[in-house]
Parts: sequence; structure tokens; C-alpha cells
Amino acid sequence: MSTLEPLLGRRAKAGAGTPRKRAKGRAVWEEQPTFVGQFGKGAVLTVVVLAVVLPLYAIILTSVSSEGAINRAGGSLVLVPDGLSFAAYREIFSNGVVTRAVVVSFAITAVGTFVSMALSILCAYGLSRARSVGHRFFLAAMIFTMFFSGGLIPSFLVVTQLHGYDQYWALILPSCISVFNILIMRGFYQATARDLVDAARIDGAGDWRILWSVVLPTTKAVTAVMTLFYAVGYWGSWFNTLLYMPFDNNKWPLSYVLYEYVNVGAKMPGLDTAGSGAAVQHQAASPFAISMAVVVLTLLPILIVYPFLQKHFTKGMLTGAIKG
Amino acid sequence: MAVMADSAAVPEEARPGPQAPLRERGGGDQAPVKQRRISFRVRLRRDKSLLVMVIPTMLVLLVFNYLPMFGTVSAFEYYDPIYGFFHSNFIGMQNFNQLFADSAFWHAFQNTLVLSLVQLILYFPVPIALAILLNTVLSTKLRSFIQAVVYLPHFFSWVLVITIFNQMLGGAGLLNQFLRQHHMATWDIMTNGGMFKYLITFQAVWKEAGWGIIVFLAALAAIDPALYESAAVDGAGRWRRMWHITLPGMRGMIVLMLVLRLGNALNVGFEQMLIQRQAVGPQHAEVLDTFAYYYGVTGNNFGYGAAAGLFKGVISLILIYAANKAAHRLGEDGLYRK
Repeated sequence: MSTLEPLLGRRAKAGAGTPRKRAKGRAVWEEQPTFVGQFGKGAVLTVVVLAVVLPLYAIILTSVSSEGAINRAGGSLVLVPDGLSFAAYREIFSNGVVTRAVVVSFAITAVGTFVSMALSILCAYGLSRARSVGHRFFLAAMIFTMFFSGGLIPSFLVVTQLHGYDQYWALILPSCISVFNILIMRGFYQATARDLVDAARIDGAGDWRILWSVVLPTTKAVTAVMTLFYAVGYWGSWFNTLLYMPFDNNKWPLSYVLYEYVNVGAKMPGLDTAGSGAAVQHQAASPFAISMAVVVLTLLPILIVYPFLQKHFTKGMLTGAIKG
Repeated sequence: MAVMADSAAVPEEARPGPQAPLRERGGGDQAPVKQRRISFRVRLRRDKSLLVMVIPTMLVLLVFNYLPMFGTVSAFEYYDPIYGFFHSNFIGMQNFNQLFADSAFWHAFQNTLVLSLVQLILYFPVPIALAILLNTVLSTKLRSFIQAVVYLPHFFSWVLVITIFNQMLGGAGLLNQFLRQHHMATWDIMTNGGMFKYLITFQAVWKEAGWGIIVFLAALAAIDPALYESAAVDGAGRWRRMWHITLPGMRGMIVLMLVLRLGNALNVGFEQMLIQRQAVGPQHAEVLDTFAYYYGVTGNNFGYGAAAGLFKGVISLILIYAANKAAHRLGEDGLYRK
């Protein structure tokens, strides 16, 4: 395909998906590593891994720590398990704002991902056959949007002119298409074995049938990866809420709740999260634990889905990009 | 099945020979001699389900990408939401004249460039170095574990990343808690205006550098191992091999990523700035995007914000073009081929 090839094509053709073929240990011609070199490498990689893992560990641990444990840690993140308590989660789930936000976020993610994937799959397949009518024009029209946009204000004005203000569709539709994702999917569809497609065609299958029964079953990896990309995008989407729905906290998704009550530090109705104001009576958990519990809620779905898809996407991304 | 019959009658696989490139648009009558003539109507019927598949996406793009492009007309208007694009007062270049005389705008522009430059210098080499380092790890298990860990932050939203940074480096965060407990001076990085450009870059490294290594690992995997072997046999040490084999092998990818980065020079992390603008103050965190947002959406001065956005869009387009030209000069493809 013409578009991604210049992006990623010719340079990394040979066997990029699989690591370079190598003897089990070190190649015979290679010199033995120095102790300093090995140590330095190990240290750097350990720091890199810890930089990601440590904050997540501390935040998750703090969210399930008792008020005493947090106080003993000086009111900041808890690093050593010291008195567990799930009070923070009980508090936020008995409070309407967060519970509603979780439901809203899941709904937006589900609907948005479905819309995005449906549009993307159809479009990618629709453009995957060389010399179909108009495919050059459509491709060019898509790629142009990657390089030039009208800018933030005109987009905002268009959506508000279409009465999208305070509407859930405004959180989904304006950013539901990723041209880049479509181009990658298209690369995969083009790489689907020609023989299979031809056989299906001779057996009397039309394009819808071929897409559904031949192409999709053979490209499950890229479907999984793209679903993850879109879903993660919707789950974390915050800016569209800021633009189109900034005032009605009954409608906010979780990421905006995280922003408003944890990041900005506004006071959550019925719950003290800021820790500054007078503590709400009957509140069993420390404000800080409650904040961290909200963080964990936004984190958790990603952490749960990630291990299942991680293998897929490294492979999927690369082969897709390289086959281009 | 009509479509079926057509496609059976007209083998679309009939690939044109290299000497007879088929014109892709403009109908069948332009097909070269060897190719069977296919009328446009036949092709339309053959491809109609493909067209039906493409149309929904095109409609979405039309409404949410192309309408806003025509909506940039608001940059030349005293835009009033009541009158919309068509009936607002057209004021010509007045927004731009005002913009170019506005020191706040030039300050935002300068911030954008400085942040972009700092990110280029401090962020750009990190994924390359990390990829080379990771590539030397022999154990596949360990390597894929490290990869899984460093890719993870890419999937976090900026709100989440900044919250995490607040808890680690902020005034009440882990670092300062540690400093306090050991009776040292505290250091609130999150609200420190002078440090802001480095903070931003550090956040970008934390979130995206791991993900950025994917393409470089692919480039590394494509290097022929025999090159290393023969170089070693010829007496090249590991540093010479890195300089003469590894880095040249990554050159194409590095240039490509550089082109992408330069073309995106004016995009310096909109959400990042927006979320942290309060904490460090606009004089440090105002960039072109936030300028457009605050004047346009918050300040209701839509025409003015749109003018700032259009300025940015046009400069970006020029940058992409220039970066590609530079890549072609270097003998690389860039985003598109010469």
C-alpha cells in the first residue's frame, strides 16, 4: 500500500516481528561482557521498570490502606503494607458521583468502541482493494486530515452548532475515527491471503461475506489491538468533556471526575476528597485514600485488559506497520 | 448475485504489467491497451458494496474534520454563536492584526517553540537508547517483561499520568515526604514554573518513551546479524559495531521519527498544558493550543481563538513540508516519497 510504506515500509522488512535469530546464549564471536557493563545495564533497566511499577504499586496500596497507615506514612503514599481497609471503596461506591461516572465511562467506552471499530473495519476493507472506484480519492481525503485540521475552535463551533453541547454523542463522534488506525487495518486486510479471498469469491461470496467470513477471522490480532486502542482512548477521554460537558457533574465520565476532584481538588459532593475542608461526618476513610481509590478505578480496567492483549499488539502493530 | 457475476467476468486481479501502469481514476476508457476495457458504470456496480462500506467514515470525516476546515472562516469574522458561520460579521484580517500585535500570543508562540526544542533534545534520544539497550538483553523472557512494563503508561490518559506525577513529585507527594522526613529542603517540582519545561518532558518520557521503542526495535531486528559477526571477526569491538552497524541500521527510522517530530513541532502536549496551567501559571504553560482554547472557548472570543488556531495549522503544514524536504535531502523517504 502506498501510504504506510513510506512511513514504515522498506526499512524494516526482514523478520521484524520476531527477534533477530540468535543462538540461545551469546554468539561465539561476541566478547564476554564486562562486569561494569552488565551492572550498569541492569541498573538502568531496573530503574526504568521501577519508574513505572513503583507509582502504580504505591497508589494501589494507598487506596486500600487504613487511615492509620496513611497517617503513619505522613499523609502521602504508603509504600509498606500496614493495615488494610477497603473503606475508601465503600465510600465512593455509596456516593452517587463516582458510581455514576463509572457507569457513564463504561457506556461511553462500549458504545464508542463499537462505533469506531464498525466504521474503521468497514472503511479499511472498503479501501483495501486496489483500483476500486474512488479509493484513491477517499484515501487522499483521509490522509489530508492527518496533516491539516481546522483547529480547535472551528471544531468546537461545528459541534455546538449541531447542538452537541451537553450531549453524549459529542464525547464520542467528533473523535471516533483514527485515520492512522484505519491505514494499519487496511494494510492487514490487503495482506490477507489472496487465495482465500479468491476462493470465497468463486464460491459466490460477496464483499460483505468475504469481510465477515474470510478477512475478519484471519485478522483477529489487529482487531483486538485496534479495539484496545480505541477503548483506551474513550476510557481516558477527558478533553471532549471539558469542551462539551464541563458543568453537569451528573453526566461526567470517570476521567473527568478524576480531573475535577483529585487533580483540581474540588470537593466531591458528600465526600471529602480534598482533605482540606472540614471532614464530612460518618466518613470512614481518609480523604487521601478516597482520592487514590478514584485513581485506581481509572487504572484498573487498563491493567486488567492489558496482559491479555499485550502480546498481540507488539506483534500486531509491527507486522501491520511493516507489511504496510 | 450481480456483483459476483461482474467480478467473475472482469478479473480485477489482472495486474497491469510494469510497463503499463493502470490509471486508477477517470473511468475505464483510459485503461491501457492490454487491459480489458471496463466502463465506469460496470466498475461502480462491481465496487458498490465497497463504496457503501467507506461512506459512513467519510461522512464522519466530512462533518467533524472538513466542516471545521471551512469553519476557519470564523477566523475572519466577529463570530457570534447566534448568527453562526454564515451570518456573523465578516471583518477580514482584523483578528489577525490584533493577534500579531498581542504580546500574549507571541509569548505563547515562544513557549511552544521552547518546549518543543527541549522535548526534541531531551525526549527524542531516549527511545533510541532504550531500544539499543533492550536489544542487548539476551533473555527473551526478561526482554518481553520489560517491554510489557514500559509500554503500559502509553495507555494511561494524561489526567491519570499527571495525577500520578503529583503523588510522586508534588508538594504532598512521595519525594517531598521523604525529604521532609530526612529534614531536607522540600522541592515542589509540580508548581515550579522554571522547571516546567523539564517536568513536561519528563512526563512525556515516562508516558511515551517506552512505546516509542517499538519502531526502533523493529529497525534493529532488521539488521543482518551476519554484519555483526563479520565485523567482530575483523576485530571491531562492541562500540565500533554499534557505531558502524547498529546506528546506520537505524538511520532511516531515526530520520523518519525526526521528520514526524519536526512536523509536529507545534503540538507540545495540549492536554498536559491545559491540566497543569493552573499549577505553574500561564506565563510558563501557555502554548498556542491553550491560547486558542482560553481566548476562544473560555473567553467566548471565537474568531480570535480560531485565528490563533489557523495560524498554528498553517505553520504546521509548512513545517511538515519542510521536514520532508530535509529528509529527501538526506536521502531518506520521510513521510512521503519524493
